[in-house]
Amino acid sequence: MSLAIAVALVLVALAGTAVVATAAAEGQAVTLSVYGLTLTVLFFLLQAPDVALAQLTVGAAVVPLMVMLALRTISRHR
Amino acid sequence: MTVFAYGVAGWLLLIGAFGIAVSRDIVRSVVCLSVAQSGTYVLLIAVGYQKRAAAPVFGATNPPSLDVVDPVVQALTLTDVVVSATVTALLLALAIQVAKTHGTTDPDELSALKG
Amino acid sequence: MTRPVRIVLFLVAAAGVALCYLGAVFGLPELGTPVHPYRDQAVAAAVARSTANVVSAVNYDQRALDTLGEETIVLGSVIGAAALLRPTGKERKGTVRDADETLPSVALLGYLLLPVTLLVGANLVLHGQLTPGGGFQGGVVLGTAIHLIYLTGRYQALDRVRPLAVFTAGEALGTTLFAAVGLVGVAAGAGFLANVLPTGAWGSLLSAGTVPLLNIAVGVEVASGVVVLLTKFLDQALRIAGAE
Repeated sequence: MSLAIAVALVLVALAGTAVVATAAAEGQAVTLSVYGLTLTVLFFLLQAPDVALAQLTVGAAVVPLMVMLALRTISRHR
Repeated sequence: MTVFAYGVAGWLLLIGAFGIAVSRDIVRSVVCLSVAQSGTYVLLIAVGYQKRAAAPVFGATNPPSLDVVDPVVQALTLTDVVVSATVTALLLALAIQVAKTHGTTDPDELSALKG
Repeated sequence: MTRPVRIVLFLVAAAGVALCYLGAVFGLPELGTPVHPYRDQAVAAAVARSTANVVSAVNYDQRALDTLGEETIVLGSVIGAAALLRPTGKERKGTVRDADETLPSVALLGYLLLPVTLLVGANLVLHGQLTPGGGFQGGVVLGTAIHLIYLTGRYQALDRVRPLAVFTAGEALGTTLFAAVGLVGVAAGAGFLANVLPTGAWGSLLSAGTVPLLNIAVGVEVASGVVVLLTKFLDQALRIAGAE
């Protein structure tokens, strides 16, 4: 198995652990975006360009944005 | 290396579930659920991988051949990624409503049913 | 149950799951195995119908019924989220003003990237049967492209460009179009969502039969769904004033 895929897998595991380990939900939006990028690189190296494209658009832009907007709404109503 | 790749997928699932179990904020639970779901994507794509094979898209530079990675698992994962983003949106909307009704997002304090 | 009990219970269960999972992993074929029976069948079927992107062929031609189900999940989730995020009885929906201060460079980027992103999204949707892409990816890109106007701070322009009724109708239209193309297959006697249109030349834009039409249907639906979701979240975060 190639070295690039092994490095990408390690990065994915580290980024995933970082998302869970982030204490504040606001910080999780940023780490979730970075995690989406590492997943995109892994999918691209595993010869899945369609899935990499979907993960990039969804995980790096849409979901972190919705998380931050939800947090903003919740903090305004607290 | 096989065990390592599938082990990373299992690790992501378990660490996401752990995040859901210990978080003190339901928005954090939703994000950790997203991590757990992505563990299944890694597993599916890794199952379909073939060494030194091309992507399952043919064009002018690569004529059709059987030496490509598995396209069926990629199709499964592709729709899964987009659909779980919309389900995450639904969960976040629920979290907003819970915060408005109960004033708190701590799951340990959300024990009573309230209209 | 209290929190420590919950965490201990989770750790015990996770240990069990991890053991079973490792046992299963050691029984799997090695990573990078050349034996993929589904791949052989799927690639052969896609090439027989002149679809260059085999993943699109699997999604919209061979497994099109599952894609219809997933589209319905998107529709249902967006309807549910939009219903949950309506202003309740005590809340008022404020008026929108343009932003007071935005960085000029950010505004310039927003204006410049808007047409580029819209074109990229449309290209992804329309060439789904030829290049990596398709309805789902192109739809998400289109849905987020409109919100680049948000970066420029012109919130009133964003409101005018994004009438919510149009996009709510667009969602329903996308799902209906998908089902309608499926019914064309029934009318032709081949079965629901069968690929009955002429398959065209390999690599041309009008190839692969019903796949381009289904791509457009899914693209319209996912783009409208993403726009509706982001609109509701933005309204909740920025405009709706509470009962305090």
